[in-house]
Amino acid sequence: MNRGISWPALWLGIIGFGILYVPVTVMVIYSFNSSRLVSVWAGFSTKWYGELLENDAVLEALGKSLWVAVNAATLSTVFGVLIALAFVRLGNFRFRLLLSALASMPLVMPEVVTGLSLLLLFIAMEGLLGWPAGRGIDTIIIAHTTFGMCFAAVVVQSRLRDFDMSIEEAAADLGARQPYIFFSITLPVIAPAVIAAWLLAFTLSFDDLVIASFVSGPGSSTLPIVVFSKVRLGVTPEINALATIMILLVAASVVIASAIIYRNSAGRKAAAATGGSGHES
Amino acid sequence: MAAVRHFLTRHGRRLVVWLPLLWLVVFFALPLVEVAQTSFTEPRRGIPPFAPLWGFGEDGFFTNFNLENYGLLVEYSQDYLRPAGNSVRLAFFSTLICLVFAYPMAWWIARSSPSHRAILLVLVMLPFWTSSLLRIYALIGLLNTNGFINSMLLQLGLIEAPIRMMQTDFSIYMGMLLTYLPLMILPLYAVMIRLDDDLLDAAADLGASRVEVFRTIVLPLTVPGIIAGSLLVFIPAVGEFVIPALLGGPEQVMIGKVLWTEFFRNRDWPVASAIAMLLLAILALPIIYARYQDGRETALDRAEDAGRGGAA
Repeated sequence: MNRGISWPALWLGIIGFGILYVPVTVMVIYSFNSSRLVSVWAGFSTKWYGELLENDAVLEALGKSLWVAVNAATLSTVFGVLIALAFVRLGNFRFRLLLSALASMPLVMPEVVTGLSLLLLFIAMEGLLGWPAGRGIDTIIIAHTTFGMCFAAVVVQSRLRDFDMSIEEAAADLGARQPYIFFSITLPVIAPAVIAAWLLAFTLSFDDLVIASFVSGPGSSTLPIVVFSKVRLGVTPEINALATIMILLVAASVVIASAIIYRNSAGRKAAAATGGSGHES
Repeated sequence: MAAVRHFLTRHGRRLVVWLPLLWLVVFFALPLVEVAQTSFTEPRRGIPPFAPLWGFGEDGFFTNFNLENYGLLVEYSQDYLRPAGNSVRLAFFSTLICLVFAYPMAWWIARSSPSHRAILLVLVMLPFWTSSLLRIYALIGLLNTNGFINSMLLQLGLIEAPIRMMQTDFSIYMGMLLTYLPLMILPLYAVMIRLDDDLLDAAADLGASRVEVFRTIVLPLTVPGIIAGSLLVFIPAVGEFVIPALLGGPEQVMIGKVLWTEFFRNRDWPVASAIAMLLLAILALPIIYARYQDGRETALDRAEDAGRGGAA
């Protein structure tokens, strides 16, 4: 039997990919339009990129977004690895059900609810404990870490499940201690998943508009907040240029990262065939 | 260093559970309690803009519990309950439309040769990683009255006057497709890739037509993927803010946007909290269902498994 796909299905598929890619492609092309009018092509120009580099508000917001995303991604990854370890390695520990509920609900919680609820918590905490004093970069990092760790946990967990536990058991039999086993055996093996988790948490934080809008204070606007306030005023070549840079940056890093992870996993398979080795310090 | 190692060896197991558990209790569970409380308070001028629900005053312990905010939601149902209905309607049809496009796409990917499959999966994953705000912004440039599509059609002489596409149900559905299509494709792909070719061959050998094979074998076996994908699209789509805010008009107001307006523009935090509770009530069943279907594995687990196949 022909296992290919039929013509109507193929067309739906092509339209589907078109919906995903045509808007962004048109935007990228028009970011090089020398005319300010979005509908008229008036020749190739990079002047909007030049103007963007002189826009201090955008550059400042970009710096804040990067700082928030790096911190939130790092914290998310650490907590995500802990959650994954607890579920895959610790068996039936106390509060397992509670932790699994708390670690999966942020994944499906509407953003407006997460944002509003965290803001109300920060206000209540400020009244009771005097911390956090006002809202700013710190509160955004906390908010992003809270949902980022749940995504990171999912990514690390599925890798950890595939991982052959007998290597760890062998190391333990030979007298290695748990922290040593984790840092010298487990972590290197799950490294690709840890990198993927960090990247996912980074982009989730870098792209977040809704939650950051609730928990940011005056003067701590991240890039999506600045972009959103500009977008409301209409389509302009400057935002086309900014969006082009942001999307191409993310796309390039995802492609490079997946190539690296792909190569690593191929290398890991080869190493697994020859057998791994461990030693006690 | 030695002290750290000693500490980790002794308490490592406990730290592994307690650190994330404490964080999530404080920054996820407590805030939800806080929203529930605030939804029963009275608005007032000041900081914060609502009266405390309970506390200790001059006469000792007091409570200030009222249902006024929920009363407002019902009384002004045009402003609150209608957008909630809108959200469910738009999210439901968005889910259906996503399914119509995602099903053949996932099938196409699953039936491709391994090298093509890797490329197609990266093509599906890439939009998932880039900002949906920026992709929706790009869509505006396409759909605007003076946007790309209208100016192309005008220049080609296919239309006399620009077509109104923005601020319609159509623009909302396009935005939803753009944002959530990958989330529908991945779980479908995950079940389709595990489909046994021998089953399809056997059915075909026994004389089943393509339609019969699809109806009696492929469709029933991919139902778990359909359910998982639909939940992954429907749940966030109901609470969506950016799409109705940027693409929708007065007819497409959704509950997430109403919450935003109450909070940021009207500064009515108690009503915003009551709207948040309404949104959670709408989503409670789908969320619980998503969590308990297929044992412990959540819907997202599967999507990520599929995604890992693409990215890794």
